[in-house]
Amino acid sequence: MNRPFGSLTFTVNGERRTAAAAPGRRLSEVLREDLKLFGTKVGCDAGDCGACTVLLDGAPVCACLTPAARASGAEITTVEGISGQGANALQRSFLRHGAAQCGICTPGMLMAASALLAETPHPTRAEVEDAIGGVLCRCTGYTKIVDAICDAATVDADEAIPEPGRAVGARIERLDGRPKVVGTEVFGADYLPQGAMDVRAIRSPHHAASFTIGDTVSWAAQAPGKVQVFTAADIPGINCFGTIPPFADQPAMAASRVRLRGEAIAIVVAETATLDEIDLSSFPVTWHPEPCFVSLDTEPDAPLHETRPDNLLITGFVQTGDVDAALANTAHVASGEFETSYVEHAYIEPEAGVAWPEGHTLCIQACTQAPVMDRDDTARILGLPEEKVRIIPAAAGGGFGAKLDLSLQPLIGLAALKTGRPCRMIYSRAESMMSTTKRHPAKMTARIGCDAGGKITGMVFDGDFNTGAYASWGPTVAVRVPVHASGPYKTPAYRAKARAKHTNGPTAGAFRGFGVPQAAILQETVYDDLAEKAGLDRLAFRRLNALQDGDRSVCGQELHGVGIAACLDALRTPWHRALDRAAEFNAAGGQARRGVGIASCWYGCGNTGLPNPSTIRIGITPDGTLNIHQGATDIGQGANTVVTQIAADALGLPIAQFELIGPDTHLTPDCGKTSASRQTYITGKAALLAAQALRRDILARSNMGEDARLRLHGRTLVITDGTASHDIHLADLPENPHGYVLSAEETYDPPTEGLDENGQGKPYAVYGYGAQIAEVEVDMVLGTVKVHNMTAAHDVGRVVNPMLAEGQIEGGIAQGLGMALMEEYIPGRTENLHDYLIPTAGDMPSIESILIEVPDPEGPMGLKGLGEHVLIPTAPAILNAIRHASGARITRLPALPHRVLAAIRATR
Amino acid sequence: MTYHRPTNVDEALGILADGGFCVAAGCTDLYPATTAKALPGPVLDITAIPALRGISRTGDGWRIGATTTWTDIVTADLPPAFDCLKLAAREIGSVQIQTAGTVAGNLCTASPAADAVPCLLTLDAQVELRSATSTRVLPLSRFLTGPRQTARAPGELVTAILVADGSARGTSHFLKLGARKYLVISIAMAAVRLEIDRGVIARAALAIGACSPVATRLPDLERILTGQSLDRAAASVVEDQVAAPLTPIDDMRGDAAYRVDAATELLRRSLAALASAARETA
Repeated sequence: MNRPFGSLTFTVNGERRTAAAAPGRRLSEVLREDLKLFGTKVGCDAGDCGACTVLLDGAPVCACLTPAARASGAEITTVEGISGQGANALQRSFLRHGAAQCGICTPGMLMAASALLAETPHPTRAEVEDAIGGVLCRCTGYTKIVDAICDAATVDADEAIPEPGRAVGARIERLDGRPKVVGTEVFGADYLPQGAMDVRAIRSPHHAASFTIGDTVSWAAQAPGKVQVFTAADIPGINCFGTIPPFADQPAMAASRVRLRGEAIAIVVAETATLDEIDLSSFPVTWHPEPCFVSLDTEPDAPLHETRPDNLLITGFVQTGDVDAALANTAHVASGEFETSYVEHAYIEPEAGVAWPEGHTLCIQACTQAPVMDRDDTARILGLPEEKVRIIPAAAGGGFGAKLDLSLQPLIGLAALKTGRPCRMIYSRAESMMSTTKRHPAKMTARIGCDAGGKITGMVFDGDFNTGAYASWGPTVAVRVPVHASGPYKTPAYRAKARAKHTNGPTAGAFRGFGVPQAAILQETVYDDLAEKAGLDRLAFRRLNALQDGDRSVCGQELHGVGIAACLDALRTPWHRALDRAAEFNAAGGQARRGVGIASCWYGCGNTGLPNPSTIRIGITPDGTLNIHQGATDIGQGANTVVTQIAADALGLPIAQFELIGPDTHLTPDCGKTSASRQTYITGKAALLAAQALRRDILARSNMGEDARLRLHGRTLVITDGTASHDIHLADLPENPHGYVLSAEETYDPPTEGLDENGQGKPYAVYGYGAQIAEVEVDMVLGTVKVHNMTAAHDVGRVVNPMLAEGQIEGGIAQGLGMALMEEYIPGRTENLHDYLIPTAGDMPSIESILIEVPDPEGPMGLKGLGEHVLIPTAPAILNAIRHASGARITRLPALPHRVLAAIRATR
Repeated sequence: MTYHRPTNVDEALGILADGGFCVAAGCTDLYPATTAKALPGPVLDITAIPALRGISRTGDGWRIGATTTWTDIVTADLPPAFDCLKLAAREIGSVQIQTAGTVAGNLCTASPAADAVPCLLTLDAQVELRSATSTRVLPLSRFLTGPRQTARAPGELVTAILVADGSARGTSHFLKLGARKYLVISIAMAAVRLEIDRGVIARAALAIGACSPVATRLPDLERILTGQSLDRAAASVVEDQVAAPLTPIDDMRGDAAYRVDAATELLRRSLAALASAARETA
């Protein structure tokens, strides 16, 4: 068989399909691009993530590693093929268990699981882990995925729809879940408008260089089709962006000098088939590499940015009391130092999106966590008025902070403006890892003192945070760290300083916790030393120092609704049980040692002392449709569901009657960015206020009391209160400009106060609290660590949806475990998912979540944020458990086996 | 792009004789090496040749066809000497990789961390190479000439891996160390095959992977263990003897000194596991 070119025939999901595909083409490309079966996802093109798993004659394979020619003789089954007319039993089990968060890995998980279930209908957890070990998930921590697969044989009853007033607290399926499990969800790479062209970027192979671009016209002319090249010179607006406007310093494309590897210098736009034929490495550019430094170990000669001497972006500072005196006169002082690595967000969806002109408006449908920020920055770069840019967030296949920053939006926007056609861009895995933000590497020292009874007397913290080439969220990290470095403990004397410093490393930005996870590692590990010096049990020591209602934080803020003591109290029994288990195991001797560790967290929800409002609109149309305009991007965490749960109970109508609109900058008011654990609290409060306002309006129109019951029947809204009843005929009411006959729109902005020169003020209106216990086993000869159990108690104020809350905890623990044990991004070395390791299904501990409800006076219905909190205690709890087990004092992450073994030997 | 998918070996060898072809089997290493949407270059896909797939008996041993996958190894009925290879097969990448990836391809990629190599070294495996004009058989240790380098000539195809009956004896074990459970590249690995006679090691074959440019046997240690009681074998492993033939590197997965420590311990544990298994069956 000799097939230079031609068409191939495939049997996909039982149907015969023909595609003009080269025989060596990846099956994933054939399915998505040629057959338009976008349910199969591509995360790495290297067999490292398994998102593209399909069945080939019933066996699971990575479609990205399968030549089209080989697939053409086989039966191919994709996620679309198992869905049939609706969700099958496995897919329903995924919904019932909350096994899909962002949904990007879901098709791959479902296919891998389908292959297992065909042979083994009632698998054990271990069998499930073996079957899905090749599919990476970054959101869920795998626990609920394994639950769902084990439970796939259970016939599910129809889900009970919570009554009005019962939505908050109910374990309901996510409202946007179905498309994620049947493969119809539209992620950034899944929408291909008619006539779309592709965009690819030319990127720097150097960490620092100046460059000159050669004759691009002649270069483009050699291509087999029309090719257009655009550079910084083509940018019509201001070629500078940044998430925090006063620090904006990043070009959409570098003009003459690059400051990090992977920085874009040009885009190439053409038909997909033409681009596929072009060798982008032949692009005419001359590089002049410059001296570079990517870590804080080397001091540079010159600043990366002229306006920032010593490469210092910003210093964050908080001080209270006389800490030097406190530490000089206290019974016990412990100190420590710690170094962490660059950590990659490693969402399974590389950045992708499409831009197209629609009249005089530029539409951009791409992955994002911050649609309005995208709109404003893209408009400025492209020289457009803000209202002429429309951002339609695609489903985000994971974000965790990195999709807060612009990535491809200005590039595809420019291409669409210049060509007048839809232009699509899909980052390769390497491109995504090279060019987008990371967690800040930190080098930190701390000294903490306590009195003879174990009460904390003072703490000094100092940290350098490698903020990489551009500002991004570096200022936020530098400010958040000193505010939070005390942990949720009463610390009367305190001085904390955090510096964000530039290097030629990847830009460090937002990553779940904004630097607080790094600081917590140092504080919580030093706390174990102090507990030992004070002769106290480690949990008891933390409980003794836990912040109480009415205490003042290190910023001088009087705190209310403080739940850390309740979290620690809830862990007391599990703690002693875990200690007993470890002691019993260790008594048997052997090369393995078990240990138990604990660590706490606190975290302020929302921007630090700066406005960050959210606005929610709820409206009823003349035909009785109840819409909620929900502008908070749901990147898997569940904003679509929990915000609607809150609105439903506040309005008094069943959640099932709500239709979700948005997010879309043309359709939804601004709900700010999905970051800082702010959406459930801030957008949730806006939803509460809007729903309450709408209810007040309805009650006033019908002259009914507060306890009246609402029912929406077709075009009639029925209000009953006892025996009284009133009908509102919706079609009879006048429509407002939004098309509603009844509506309300409310904005909520947290009441905060900016910090003074000593970091004193009210940086956040609401804080969440938590503590976690890790139980680990350390191989004393190989230095390997297995985390067996995590017990996590988190105070969320009020549980809106326990299933989604558990999902956040399990996912946060997975990321914390990865950070503790395996994750280290090395520029130029780990730009793929086989050298950069994230936890697989087989690396996860058993997790017990304990949800604590200490109501917050400010949070809607008493609730607090949770998204970032969950990651903070995990790494320090694991490190404290490693030390308890083995004596090993880890001072650098990740705790890879060779580092753990060296630390064990250092104790001897 | 030219893409050939012949159905018999002679046709494949004829195509290969023209030169310049990339041989494609499981493709689990070929696609990750490119960012293109299709395999670059003229491709010779050998997976439609039935004669190349599967494990069969020859007159004096075993023949593992060139396109035999890791899943084929897991499900094959093989003597206990091959247990090491089966253990390696279950730990290669993921189920998806095991379904597509081939044992021979693992040898041809010749990564220092190739999981098949230590196992097949302990089995004294040989590699059958055919061209349009000749057939030759090389010991695996001579087939692998360096990291990502083999003795395969441009016109040659690896058609099979051969294991003689004389080496398919005894029991074997394999241990791999990585920083996570699935989808992991080894920091170090050890394969051990022992022939036991009444509790005494009659013959030992030991190999270490990911600690030198090419995985290597440990002949000195093998000699020391020969004649020893199986129960004392693990305790007899001295780190210096393990270290001598190794030239480990420092990289992001582990430092060189750690690799030697780990290799030593993996050997001890493999020997202990075999001793424990022997006690259980005794």
